[in-house]
Amino acid sequence: MLEIEIDGKQLAVEDGSTVMDAATQAGVYIPHFCYHKKLSIAASCRMCLVQVEKAPKPLPACATPVTAGMKVWTRSEAAIKAQKGVMEFLLINHPLDCPICDQGGECQLQDIAVGYGGVTSRYQEEKRVVFNKNLGPLVSTDMTRCINCTRCVRFTTEIAGEMELGQAFRGEHAEIMPFIEKTVDSELSGNIIDLCPVGALTSKPFRFSARTWEMSRRRAVSPHDSLGANLIVQTKHDVVMRVLPYENEELNECWLSDKDRFSYEGLNSDERLTTPQIKQGGEWKAVDWQTALEFVANGLAGVARDHGGEAIGALASPHATVEELFLLQKLTRGLGSGNVDFRLRQSDFRADAARAGAPWLGMKVAEVGELNRLLVIGSFLRKDNPLLAQRVRQAARRGLHVSVVGPTADDWLLPVRQRALVAPSAMVDSLGQIVVALAAEKGAEVDALLRDRLPAQAGDEARAIAASLASGRKVAVWLSNLAVQDRRAAELQQLANEIARLCGGRAGVIGEAANSVGGYLAAALPSAGGLDARGMLEQARKAYVVLGAEPDLDFANPALTRAALGTAQLVVALSAFDAESLREVADVMLPVAPFAETSGTFVNCEGRAQSFVAVARPQGDTRPAWKVLRVLGNLLALPGFDYQDSEAVRDEALAGDIATRLDNRVGEIAPFAVVPATCERVTDVPIHFADPLVRRAPALARSRDAAAPVARASAATLAALGVEAGARVRLAQEGGRVDLAIVADDGVAAGCVRVPAAHPATAGLGAMSGAISVERI
Amino acid sequence: MLSQESLQQIDREVAKYPPEQKQSAVMAALRIAQVEKGWLANETIEFVANYLGMPPIAAYEVASFYNMYDLQPVGRHKITVCTNLPCALSGGVHAAEYLKEKLGIDFNETTPDGLFTLKEGECMGACGDAPVLLHNNHRMCSWMTKERIDQLLAELGGK
Amino acid sequence: MILAGCDGDRSWRLQDYLARGGYAALKKIVAEKIPQETIIAELKTSVLRGRGGAGFPTGLKWSFMPRSFPGDKYLACNSDEGEPGTFKDRDILRYNPHSVIEGMAIAAYAMGAARGYNYIHGEIFEIYQRFEEALEEARAAQLIGQNILGSDFSFELFAHHGYGAYICGEETALLESIEGKKGQPRFKPPFPASYGLYGKPTTINNTETFASVPFIMNMGGEGFLNLGKPNNGGMKLFSVSGHVNRPGNYEVPMGTPFAELLEMAGGMRGGRKLKAVIPGGSSAPVVPAGIMMDCTMDYDSISKAGSMLGSGAVIVMDETTCMVKALERLSYFYFEESCGQCTPCREGTGWLYRVVHRIEHGLGRPDDLDLLNSVTANIMGRTICALGDAASMPVQSFVKHFGDEFMYHIENKKCLVPPEVQYAGSQIYVSPSC
Ligand SMILES: Cc1cc2nc3c(=O)[nH]c(=O)nc-3n(C[C@H](O)[C@H](O)[C@H](O)COP(=O)(O)O)c2cc1C
Ligand code: SF4
Ligand code: FES
Repeated sequence: MLEIEIDGKQLAVEDGSTVMDAATQAGVYIPHFCYHKKLSIAASCRMCLVQVEKAPKPLPACATPVTAGMKVWTRSEAAIKAQKGVMEFLLINHPLDCPICDQGGECQLQDIAVGYGGVTSRYQEEKRVVFNKNLGPLVSTDMTRCINCTRCVRFTTEIAGEMELGQAFRGEHAEIMPFIEKTVDSELSGNIIDLCPVGALTSKPFRFSARTWEMSRRRAVSPHDSLGANLIVQTKHDVVMRVLPYENEELNECWLSDKDRFSYEGLNSDERLTTPQIKQGGEWKAVDWQTALEFVANGLAGVARDHGGEAIGALASPHATVEELFLLQKLTRGLGSGNVDFRLRQSDFRADAARAGAPWLGMKVAEVGELNRLLVIGSFLRKDNPLLAQRVRQAARRGLHVSVVGPTADDWLLPVRQRALVAPSAMVDSLGQIVVALAAEKGAEVDALLRDRLPAQAGDEARAIAASLASGRKVAVWLSNLAVQDRRAAELQQLANEIARLCGGRAGVIGEAANSVGGYLAAALPSAGGLDARGMLEQARKAYVVLGAEPDLDFANPALTRAALGTAQLVVALSAFDAESLREVADVMLPVAPFAETSGTFVNCEGRAQSFVAVARPQGDTRPAWKVLRVLGNLLALPGFDYQDSEAVRDEALAGDIATRLDNRVGEIAPFAVVPATCERVTDVPIHFADPLVRRAPALARSRDAAAPVARASAATLAALGVEAGARVRLAQEGGRVDLAIVADDGVAAGCVRVPAAHPATAGLGAMSGAISVERI
Repeated sequence: MLSQESLQQIDREVAKYPPEQKQSAVMAALRIAQVEKGWLANETIEFVANYLGMPPIAAYEVASFYNMYDLQPVGRHKITVCTNLPCALSGGVHAAEYLKEKLGIDFNETTPDGLFTLKEGECMGACGDAPVLLHNNHRMCSWMTKERIDQLLAELGGK
Repeated sequence: MILAGCDGDRSWRLQDYLARGGYAALKKIVAEKIPQETIIAELKTSVLRGRGGAGFPTGLKWSFMPRSFPGDKYLACNSDEGEPGTFKDRDILRYNPHSVIEGMAIAAYAMGAARGYNYIHGEIFEIYQRFEEALEEARAAQLIGQNILGSDFSFELFAHHGYGAYICGEETALLESIEGKKGQPRFKPPFPASYGLYGKPTTINNTETFASVPFIMNMGGEGFLNLGKPNNGGMKLFSVSGHVNRPGNYEVPMGTPFAELLEMAGGMRGGRKLKAVIPGGSSAPVVPAGIMMDCTMDYDSISKAGSMLGSGAVIVMDETTCMVKALERLSYFYFEESCGQCTPCREGTGWLYRVVHRIEHGLGRPDDLDLLNSVTANIMGRTICALGDAASMPVQSFVKHFGDEFMYHIENKKCLVPPEVQYAGSQIYVSPSC
């Protein structure tokens, strides 16, 4: 610690701090533009100049290290003079267009200029004009306003991991730009809007729609991935106008993924379902809530009466809230059915009987930065969980070694030290080899449950991964979406646990959705003897309740789902959207509130329960789903449906200490008969199609990440299949076929074809994992 | 995209730097590419960036920062005259004026036959030899009296 | 010294350098395993001050390199000579490149650096090619490379060619440029001695500084110091340009009277009257004739006259020079060459140029001189690198010493120097000796 003085205040700061750090600690504000606590130090705007004892010149606070006994004045005559001088320079070429600038009211330049700018400009020469750039559908530019602080450039390079912006030319001609004709395609691109201290980079979807002071702002939690990013939602007349990050150092820091930030546009989609509807004689008819609810209650009661409660199945989205999931399972069980599930894209449920608790990340999100070894299994990390990927990227800069097992080698924009690029069906073997190598390395015994199932020998890749993990101080082993959705997910979990145990690390599951942990805690799971998500569809039920999901896009096997729902006697859909695939199979559609229009709770991957309130009034006749389910419970005269508010539901659902209910361990797993396939499907869920809300956000739909799907296979696999790169092919699986273009991608494991799910173009296919055939057309 | 010979030259430059610092060779690689292509089109810059495993915009930053790269097509002969003060004191500006008159173009223009482009240069570190000019970046011509300018242009195929 | 006995065609060859006694110092050091401290101490005794402009004592700079740093340390030679008026490094590389190579090898030995780069100014491609050839010769003779002269001392040396950016002469911009980036200076601290090329400890010296090292090793620090005057050791190359009869490089002892140097350069062209001199490269403050004629050419004397010895570029201007026009050209240079990174320089250099340009074109305003002084005050000392100061000092000194001429322009919308006289000294002029 060093003793120093700032503006007469004595304080002790850590060695290696800068004057800016010290000032922050002392609660002293020093004006600045280029400095940002999450970015490298540029020290180029010179706004933070301060006076330092014995220094002949003013020094930039952001870059000047403190020394023992240093005396700093941030508001002395010399300091103010320097700051005003810089302010004048910043303004000489800055347009005076605040009245028409979207940044107006939240502009650092404007704010600081009020304090430091002169009254009139001494600069009488012509001002610089800079041409605007096309950065894509999300970020709008007014480059003449740019003050060259390079925050956006440093963000793309350092945080997003790929230099998509640069400062070209030099001197007064310096311009921030992407490489000619390129856009900024990072899944984190929207953060440059927040970082830009002036109005040079603003939100394209939001552009000119409201002024900051006209909007009310409330906190919320992102309903998308499992990180649980904290949001500020801004509304005007009950319409969500904009979403910004609410800084939470332990989760999203000051960032948001583009999905978190721009999905709100889907709230105003034309496809919103705003009135209850009943299908009569093949025709949809809008009805009032009373009619609809009675129809549903009578229908469900009738099926239970005629066919027994187990003829009813309830399928809910993992993006539903704890309250919704809890009431749905309570309702289902009340009707005498144990068939409830929220894990719609999973296909292996063998672990259910042997689980010690809810699968979770196994650590706090904030602890990711401390890891020094990490094995990620079956992941599209950047797209599965962009901000977690960002944390891993930062940790990798500080020395974290990342190893990967899985069927794809997408660029995560971070160094991957070891990679086993294997088909999904070979992941179990691959992990088994790592267990073998690790046990040998550590001279340890393998868990008795696994001993007989392991491969005899470990290959080079497995040994390299094992060696990396064995040398770790803080190790984690994560299963990501593709692993969790795999046909042998249970064994993958078991093996991941064993790897973690052998190297003294922690096993974790990243989790697909905002409430992947919460669903377990809310008991939205099959009862003993009940059917899981797959069982309910394979053994078709007479009646289904579907909450927040679309049959063709949100399930592990769209063909199977459509078939099962299509033949049911009654399908009740609770949905915010009037989706075509729901119209086809449902008998009644109830408009329930999406994100922002309901209160609720999500439990994120680290087991943190985050509750939120509604920030906007539900559109049309939409009602919060928890209220709809409560009324249904009442109509069906089920006990325990007298909640006053959603908090009461939550308190019952999450009673007790959550931490004690999180546990990744699994016991014995029944063996799985592997049917060899000549060609295996590898399935990703494209980031901007993952859930019903985001896939209706128009700006995101124009992003690079929302490009039309193509099939991908390595050049060698293409040759073996006898198809040419770029050709159109017919992909067929049990249950369906689609035609798609196929491209060469050596980042796909041999013998595999990568075909995205969750997209209308591939919804005609079957299971997300397993055999697929490819034929030239 | 680039000839085998250029690629070999680039490889030689890459070898000057530690293996994980290929980007260090970008200035040389752009120079070599420009010599082959005459100027640096975006595709050329992107090719060089990919060849060295660096982001294209980082290569573009370099190409647009240093004066001697041409991001626009230039004539077969680019003539850059130093007009900085020390040269100006010994006729640098006059030499430039003479060239403008002879070629019938201003700075940053190219003759209609595509033969000559004239540029104004900054100090070339040869002030004692003023007036000085550069021919196609790599050949320095000193003491450029009117007669010597006439000679040079004749040699290069002008009037 | 460095250029003594060197001429056009052959002096740059290894054979010739060896014949002049070249590489004797390196051979001796390697053969006798002379301790690193001894070499640095010798340099300190010589009071060799950096020839790149700042005049920092070289021995002291070398002693900053961390001794026990594990891993690579680097050396960089600054041959980016772009300071208007300076053209000495080009001649050193052209006529005596091996003196630089030897100097760098000795430096590498003294500081434990394993690799070095010579950053060569973009516009002198032919010199870069020649230097590459000289490197080949030295490598073939085992004077650089692995196990130099059969010892366990290794030093790899390469040439890096610039491509037209004055700012790369600034040492940290130079490092960025070697790293394959834009030449934008880094904020210091950390200094290159702790965080330099690729983040490793690095020492940067000017070409002439390195070239002086073998001579110091041969004649001893004391001997070198005595060539010049106390605190200003050795000989120095002065690049004399402008209105003199024989522009060129003159290597003279430190402390030589300016008048003598002017005489060596053939005196004033056409017998015209000296008006002003910029004694240390375009960034140095201009000095009116009267004051200059009393100076000796060394750091201390020039500094007393209110200017800097800088890189030793002496720009001589006679009475036919319009000072407004001269400053306009210099201001344009700094405006064009600002790297664009920090606000005061990026915005301020353009402002300065535009105001001077306006004055020169008869659009000046009465308060423009105050404005220039105030804008320069806002730039100076507030930028990342010294280019901000370099752009400001000419403006301040021109306005200070030749304010009347500026006011005349503003009031009369024309030059104080009568048009018929103007440029008389600046016609295309080729020294008879060339
Ligand atoms: C804008 C600017 C330009 C410079 N140009 C040069 C140059 O062309 N050559 C040079 O040797 N030093 C130049 N310098 C000085 C270098 O930064 C550095 O001080 C020098 O190379 C150190 O070598 P020395 O100690 O041997 O003088 C420049 C400095 C600045 C701020
Ligand atoms: S002073 Fe000028 S040249 Fe130096 S870093 Fe700042 S902007 Fe760049
Ligand atoms: S905030 Fe310190 S220089 Fe920009």
